[in-house]
Amino acid sequence: MKNILIHTKKFSLLLLLLFNFLLFVQCKDDDDNGNVIYQVNCEDGIQNGDEQGIDCGGEFCSPCEDSGINFDGTFIQEDIAGRPAVNMIFGFSDLAQNEYNISTVSNRSNFQEEFRTVLEAYHDIYAISLEVPVDDLDFETNVLNWDANIFSTVMSQYDALQVAPNGPTTYYDANENLIFSGRSLSDDVMDITFRLIFGGTDGDRFDGNNNTPQLTTDGVGPGNRDFSLPFPYLEPALTIE
Amino acid sequence: MKKTKLFAVIETLFLLLLCVTLISSDHLDGTNIEGTTSDIADFYAFEGEDPDSTVFIATIQGNLNPGGVTDNANFDEDVLIEFNIDNTGDLVEDIVIQAIKRGDSIHFFGPVVPNQTGLESQIITNTTHNVVQISTSTDTFITNENGMSFFAGPRRDSFYFDMNRFMDIKLGNAAPSGFYTPEESTDFFNELNTLAIVIEVPNTLLGDAPTHILESQGYINGLPQAYNVWVSSKRKK
Repeated sequence: MKNILIHTKKFSLLLLLLFNFLLFVQCKDDDDNGNVIYQVNCEDGIQNGDEQGIDCGGEFCSPCEDSGINFDGTFIQEDIAGRPAVNMIFGFSDLAQNEYNISTVSNRSNFQEEFRTVLEAYHDIYAISLEVPVDDLDFETNVLNWDANIFSTVMSQYDALQVAPNGPTTYYDANENLIFSGRSLSDDVMDITFRLIFGGTDGDRFDGNNNTPQLTTDGVGPGNRDFSLPFPYLEPALTIE
Repeated sequence: MKKTKLFAVIETLFLLLLCVTLISSDHLDGTNIEGTTSDIADFYAFEGEDPDSTVFIATIQGNLNPGGVTDNANFDEDVLIEFNIDNTGDLVEDIVIQAIKRGDSIHFFGPVVPNQTGLESQIITNTTHNVVQISTSTDTFITNENGMSFFAGPRRDSFYFDMNRFMDIKLGNAAPSGFYTPEESTDFFNELNTLAIVIEVPNTLLGDAPTHILESQGYINGLPQAYNVWVSSKRKK
């Protein structure tokens, strides 16, 4: 009796081992022997093979239709852009820049004071280097007659492009007496922005002349870029010759 | 004494960390999205060749060197690019045009009134739906449908700026001289590509433009009526 029991136990153990072993046996061919049988199933409910969507597109399945592509889900803001270079110029810390990227245009009153502080910080840098007391060298009301408060308010709280549907586009064209009607590819938005920050009432306050720092232009123009192209307006990508 | 040393070490480490953080911000647009597939480089909005239309251009994933880097760059199926149009003057989007990659194409929805505003979006599929195949450095694909035109793919960067010198200015390393002369300056973006999405839309689909917001706020008089427009990138939750 004892012997039978032992044998039964041994047999059970053997069966268990065999069963366990079978658990690890798969039909999947992943032995890299080059004998993979490639099978595309257009009804398996997953996107595999060369399918362009779930069970559609590619060489074997029927073309994808709109209903076959999934557009579900909720998308959360990670970046935002309106007026050029606002975050680049006025975001003085990573924390501030990251916060700005996940804010909405209509809810930015909390950035105004920081933008104003940054405006003055840029001026302090030059006051120190020119050995002038920092309180004596501040943002000067600019050519638009905007003081530091208004300028920092416009930059922080109205940070969208204002694009005029019924007329020509320019970010700022003093000669045409037209400003903020959009942003075209050719607009030198950085020179315009720096002139509004450092140009003062006449637009030439820190223009590099009379021993002033050169801050109203970055000295860079469009170079050989072509802005006269038809849709899509941008030049083709540069390639390696 | 030991404590002082410890503080000195911590302080040094902190300064080092600060330096690394500043240097790595080469677009200067916040480290959280720096160099990711949702990083917006530039936004343009202007009157189209057809003066009754408006062109919107978003460039994303900038600083692509020509060749392999450009050829390997691609749009992200999890990132929704949303063009926002405020036509009432409250800086809240009234109309959106949504763009997202599926397969080898970008799908466009709208212009349409969004079902929610702000930081979160869903794709609005029961509206005008257009598709354009993503272009390459050598092949350009354009879709013209419903009076609109669509493009998506790599293009030369239109933005020109001495970015490196600006970084010096921002960090206080370019005082008292400031920017360089035209002879000394360098256009950081001159030889770089970027991914671009371009849409041209008849103005009739965008509604009437409100009083220019800088006029209604009392900052400048005599401005033309204008939409407030911006672009956002949103990642799937």
